[in-house]
Amino acid sequence: MAVTTPDTRTPTTEVVRRQIEGGRTDVSGLVFQGLLLLSLIVTLAILVLLLVEVIPGAITVFADRGVGFLTSPLSRAAARTGLSQSIQGSMIIGAFVVLLAFPIGIAAAVYLEEYAAKNTLTRIIDVNIRNLAGVPSIVYGLLGLAIFVQLLGGFTGGRSVMAGGLTLAVLVLPIVIITSAEAIRAVPDSIREAGFGVGATRWETIRSHVLPYAAPGILTGTILSLARALGEAAPLILVGAITGFLAIGGEPNFIETLQGPFLALPTTIFNFARQPGGDFRNELTPAAIVVLLVIVFLANFAAITLRNRYDRRR
Amino acid sequence: MAQAVAGPGAPGEIDLTGDPARLRRERIIRTLFFAAATLSVLVTIGIIGSLIFEAVNFLAQVDAAALVTDGWFPRRGLFDIGTLVIGSLLVTMVAMVIAVPLGLGAAIYLSEYAAPRVRRVIKPVLETLAGIPSVVVGFFALAWVAPNVVARLSSTAQEFSLAAAGIGVGVLVIPLVASVSEDAMRAVPNSLREASYGMGAKRVTTVTRVVLPAAVSGLVASFILAVSRAIGETMVVAIAAGATGGSLRTWNVFTPGQTMTAAMAALAAGTDQVRGASAAFPSLFFVGLLLFLITAALNLIADVFVRRVRQRY
Repeated sequence: MAVTTPDTRTPTTEVVRRQIEGGRTDVSGLVFQGLLLLSLIVTLAILVLLLVEVIPGAITVFADRGVGFLTSPLSRAAARTGLSQSIQGSMIIGAFVVLLAFPIGIAAAVYLEEYAAKNTLTRIIDVNIRNLAGVPSIVYGLLGLAIFVQLLGGFTGGRSVMAGGLTLAVLVLPIVIITSAEAIRAVPDSIREAGFGVGATRWETIRSHVLPYAAPGILTGTILSLARALGEAAPLILVGAITGFLAIGGEPNFIETLQGPFLALPTTIFNFARQPGGDFRNELTPAAIVVLLVIVFLANFAAITLRNRYDRRR
Repeated sequence: MAQAVAGPGAPGEIDLTGDPARLRRERIIRTLFFAAATLSVLVTIGIIGSLIFEAVNFLAQVDAAALVTDGWFPRRGLFDIGTLVIGSLLVTMVAMVIAVPLGLGAAIYLSEYAAPRVRRVIKPVLETLAGIPSVVVGFFALAWVAPNVVARLSSTAQEFSLAAAGIGVGVLVIPLVASVSEDAMRAVPNSLREASYGMGAKRVTTVTRVVLPAAVSGLVASFILAVSRAIGETMVVAIAAGATGGSLRTWNVFTPGQTMTAAMAALAAGTDQVRGASAAFPSLFFVGLLLFLITAALNLIADVFVRRVRQRY
């Protein structure tokens, strides 16, 4: 065949493409692709801007005060105020989420995936959980205010860290259920059959085969929901987290602490950001934000790494 | 079930129902798990019950005239719901103007153009953006968006404004729009794209005429979910839109304003007075009920669209 000698330096696809396009460049296509890339870049730039906005203020505070900012209590004086009570409050709330929402959520997910028959009740529960996940967080605050602060006030101590912890545990429950159910659904049936095949009961199979296999997926979802709970402010404001500079006095014991007034990192950030001008807004808010972001990013990073490792194993 | 087996010894029956203690444990565990699953229904009943109870309480205390006035000033007995609904509407509209083009653009790029390697890097970054707490975005809206963006859009813009809050909420929902619409586009089977290329269509034509129309249900779902999320967002508005005590009815996005959510946060953050001021406390629940109904309706509609995507492919 003696036609044209193909250019050996360019790959065949490139030659074919040029022939089809007739040497014209696809301007509209390039413009479209450029716009898409631009929107992605703008989105990523926002994340960078956000970090740039908070880091200088945070550096000033931590250079001046060091860990003193983390270990001193709240004060109206900008130079003395600190996050110790906020961090403590957030940790207690996190403990409520871990101890209540995680076991109940995983148990509900196991029931829905492994036990439940496909009937109307199951469908109602399923639809209900997905809708609960879309309820605005502040509405959970109202639930907490009505149930945990008012109705059960004698037990929780009213506007207390216990009420806050219970409210956020309820808030993340649907998310824990949905992500755990997804992880359990991804377990192949052959794993279950292996368990049943050696005479294990359903629960024995779940405990020894299904849950270990689904564990990384479940852990990813639960870590993300813990991060979500630690960042929530609106429901805590509703159940009465302190948003002023009221001092928490005395040396409360464990029960008194749980039933007492509380601060949390996100509500403290809200409180600082509301103070007009000056050090609170320009330096202390960014510093508190950096502390919260470090916690949330670490959790996100752990969850994403875990999921990527788990995906690769499959 | 019992089954007769002929063994080497005396032929007898082997009982395969198992150890009663083991079966009892199975039943107990099953019941516990069932209780955990039904707890979610109790939560819903708790939410609806407490909202309706106090909302009715509110309507009984307040005469209808107080619901349509010049503004929302709960401590002065002025409960103009319209102010809050308009505020929420404005914030949501501004948020969607930001989130739809950016979120959709990023989603199309990631789904149709980006190399797998780029996707693997960008996706976690978007997830990080989604994980940023809303108080942080609220501060960003107040400290950066208000002076650098809103002040340039209008010379009359104030430090606190609905526009700054709206842009902040938009930033917050970009990852939601991006991830739901990307899922929808990736669910479009490759055979459709190949058919389009086979007819000689360019990539841009394939994306806009084949992939987007095929994924339209999912795209609509992502927009509706974003609207629902934007209406329900509290902290960004509470920080960046000002108006802590109350707000006059306004259609101007460059002035401070109040949304349904921020009004509730403002009332509660005013702490101890809330319980004292007669109708102010139950008004929280009335606004909450309205918010719950709106978002629940939007989420249900979005669910219908998502289902349609799943059924088709």
